[in-house]
Amino acid sequence: MKTAPFKTKVLTANRLSDGISVWLGAHGEWVVSIKDAFLARHEDAVTAIETAGKQALADNRVVDVNVIDVEETSAGPRPFRLRERIRAEGPSIDYAPVATARVSQAA
Amino acid sequence: MYRYDEFDHGFVAQRVSQFRDQVARRLTGEISEDAFKPLRLMNGVYLQLHAYMLRVAIPYGTLNSRQMRKLAHIARTYDRGYGHFTTRQNIQYNWPALSDMPAILEELAEVEMHAIQTSGNCIRNVTADHFAGAAADEVADPRPYAEILRQWSSVHPEFSFLPRKFKIAVTASERDRAAIQVHDIGLQLKKDGEGGLGFAVWIAGGQGRTPILAKKIKDFLPEEDLLSYTTAIMRVYNLHGRRDNKYKARIKILVHETGVEQLTSEIDAEWAHLKDGELKLPAADIAAINAYFAPRELDARAEGWKELAAWKKSDPGFATWVGRNVAPHRHPDYGMVTISLKPIGGIPGDASADQMDAVAKLALEFGHDEIRVTHEQNLVLPHVALADLEPLYRALLAEGLATANAGLITDIIACPGLDYCALANARSIPVAQEISNRFGDPARQAEIGDLKIKISGCINACGHHHVGHIGILGVEKKGAELYQISLGGSGDENASIGQITGPGFEPDQVTDAIETIVETYLSQRTDADETFIACYRRIGADPFKAALYGSESQAA
Ligand code: HEM
Ligand code: SF4
Repeated sequence: MKTAPFKTKVLTANRLSDGISVWLGAHGEWVVSIKDAFLARHEDAVTAIETAGKQALADNRVVDVNVIDVEETSAGPRPFRLRERIRAEGPSIDYAPVATARVSQAA
Repeated sequence: MYRYDEFDHGFVAQRVSQFRDQVARRLTGEISEDAFKPLRLMNGVYLQLHAYMLRVAIPYGTLNSRQMRKLAHIARTYDRGYGHFTTRQNIQYNWPALSDMPAILEELAEVEMHAIQTSGNCIRNVTADHFAGAAADEVADPRPYAEILRQWSSVHPEFSFLPRKFKIAVTASERDRAAIQVHDIGLQLKKDGEGGLGFAVWIAGGQGRTPILAKKIKDFLPEEDLLSYTTAIMRVYNLHGRRDNKYKARIKILVHETGVEQLTSEIDAEWAHLKDGELKLPAADIAAINAYFAPRELDARAEGWKELAAWKKSDPGFATWVGRNVAPHRHPDYGMVTISLKPIGGIPGDASADQMDAVAKLALEFGHDEIRVTHEQNLVLPHVALADLEPLYRALLAEGLATANAGLITDIIACPGLDYCALANARSIPVAQEISNRFGDPARQAEIGDLKIKISGCINACGHHHVGHIGILGVEKKGAELYQISLGGSGDENASIGQITGPGFEPDQVTDAIETIVETYLSQRTDADETFIACYRRIGADPFKAALYGSESQAA
């Protein structure tokens, strides 16, 4: 049987309070930039982030928890799926031409 | 327009306080996501890619300036300064925090608005012709009937857990501006030989993964039977609609699988029990609701005719805008003004808080305090005196709201797509923007004439691609975006479902493909009066396919 080469993984979710996309960081905290995400480079690490994700869901800190594949680039982890890249980078369009953006205070 | 009575106020206030409590319990972890999700959806709260999304109902697309100002205030205070007007005449906010939702709903309740039944398997916001109450060609205002349906269907216990969502649209003229043939129930208000009001009833239309046009099952349903007959339809659907398979659960599949004759006979049998019961609408009740929508008293403003001619002569930009975005009103001294939310290269349907405030102010100043949201993702001021068009135009121009493209190739419908939507396969907005930029030159647009492009980011068809003259559907193929193009769809009284041209196009080829289609049309049309859709219906898909794929092309 041929096993596919291992792909680096990160854990992502949306924060319960404001729905903002977050990634699991190296110290178990949820970070708002994928650049700060913990990179799971082998199966044990994947199991660990999956467990952390289940716990965070149970603790009602995040929702919609998923492990995703990323490519490690010099600019940081880059998800393979466009959907995940858009989650990481925000809408691909200049969506708020009027500069009244409000930074969410929720954590 | 309709005003909440004490019951309505009490009901909405109660829902807000229930939801406030539910959100609080969710945030402290007392209720799990599984338990909470159906509760938030019942209040219009979705989770999208980047944040929560709140969908606010705008019943039959009608609102006043106070309500519009509130929508602006919410965009500014709780979101990132803008909102997205949708094909269902609603508004969606893309970034609100869950913890702010109760406050937002409370603010909405202050202006008689809410987000109830904007999601879930219930009867959704009832939509209507955006020119209702102003159009010269309508037999009567359809909105009182939409309002009756809204009141009847709001938290209707029997119809709150249907097999699937259910959408009703109402129009009152032969020219269908409400796309009634792609709704679960489509109603056309009309008069019988004696002048009595009633409805042609269409059922089982829909888009999504299985687009089907509605079938007319009644030529004339007297107005007093509206609720009894609708109830009969709902009962038969509720009983037989497939709950085993989400993709086969809409009434269109039921009718398709069972046959319209059998379903109609079951509906009639059910109706026989209901017809003369308590659901029969008393004339006094119909009149009471109609009174809320009494036609505006519009003063004669005949001076506008002469002024208009002079302004048009001195300002070609104004003349173009009037030609495209102002339609005749039933009162000869007035017009119905479409405020385009499709600036060249912009995001279809998006408006900033400042723009919403500006529209609210202009509606007060020039528009008798009425605003409409159209299913084509534009706004309308339905009652503007011709004499006020020039100052209105100047003010719109200053806000970037005077794009003269209503009904043209850049008046594109696009769903949020993969830039926001958790269900999307591909982006819609950038596709719309690129097409808009390519065809942005006013002279070129004018030469092409009426042409509706509609774009969805997945097969759910929120962007109406099946009924676009040119429809664009985003799919995912081998992890990349790919776009299928269909031709010949139409959502009006001559409704049709578009046919896919052939293999899909990569993102950077879509605009070229659209250009090929447009050039083919321009070379094939008999003259400038033959619109794209008329030409397509005459010559068929082959010339377009040949142009797109070469003559040996095989349609997929
Ligand atoms: C949170 C984002 C959205 C979600 C999750 C969503 C979901 C869906 C789904 C699942 C369907 C298919 C229903 C079926 O075939 O049974 C659908 C259809 C539709 N949606 Fe959306 N939608 C979203 C946003 C929108 C927006 C922004 C609009 C308006 C621009 C819209 C308008 C419609 C319309 C017109 C249809 C097709 C009519 C029908 O057959 O129901 N939706 N939507
Ligand atoms: S058509 Fe698909 S991508 Fe577009 S809004 Fe609807 S569900 Fe989302």
